[in-house]
Amino acid sequence: MSMKTSTRQVDGVTIVDCSGRITLGEGSVILRDTVRELLSKGQKKILLNLGEVTYIDSSGIGELVSAFTTVRNQGGELKLLNLTKKVHDLLQITKLYTVFDVRDDEASAVKAFN
Amino acid sequence: MTELRVSYTLDSTLETVDSAEQTASRIAAESGFDEDVVMQISMAVREAAVNAVLHGNAYDPDKKVKLDFERTGNDLVITIRDQGKGLDPAKIPDPLAPENLLKTSGRGIFLIRSFMDEVQIRPTQTGTEIKLVKHVHGPAADVKEASQ
Repeated sequence: MSMKTSTRQVDGVTIVDCSGRITLGEGSVILRDTVRELLSKGQKKILLNLGEVTYIDSSGIGELVSAFTTVRNQGGELKLLNLTKKVHDLLQITKLYTVFDVRDDEASAVKAFN
Repeated sequence: MTELRVSYTLDSTLETVDSAEQTASRIAAESGFDEDVVMQISMAVREAAVNAVLHGNAYDPDKKVKLDFERTGNDLVITIRDQGKGLDPAKIPDPLAPENLLKTSGRGIFLIRSFMDEVQIRPTQTGTEIKLVKHVHGPAADVKEASQ
């Protein structure tokens, strides 16, 4: 299953519901394009819902890091929501779990944006 | 565990990366590894295939990736060879170093080492070879150890 995203707005925060695989090639490109498009529209509070992401490779991890720094460099905020165990474990062993603001409840995650 | 030896010669494409991952997943599952370990093996193979296709062969249509699986009584051994310009593992920056944490690449070899029991990277006459080993800790190995 390839990567799919859909976006919705909740209290000024753009929630990106991601599903499928964030891997080298199409998956990473879709995530990159989605974040770039949001930023171009001035939507800088981004909550990536990874609850339906089944697989992520090192390229996908790199794309998450890229999204995080790109949004931050433009004065925005990017948080992660609903990590699966696989993605959680990958972020743990790569020491990125503490870099990202990781949430498991959508309502409180939305409130956590400044 | 039934012994097995199978080889694939693949093009330097993204399809090869997906194919290598899927084949590794299937063989690891057939070898009796549990679901988490199957995921680790398939991801390690995927990362090694990415290195071979992208960094080694640089998508060159004239260069091939050779993928070997060998299952013995105690190990699953996977070897990936490319025809690229070579990889010096000593020159790969530590992706866990604070100054590298926010880099967008450079985690592949680290993940491979995290997921496999043994990893050997060596230059060959035509490129780079990476050998990945996962030990069998399940019933097959136990029986063998008990009979010794």
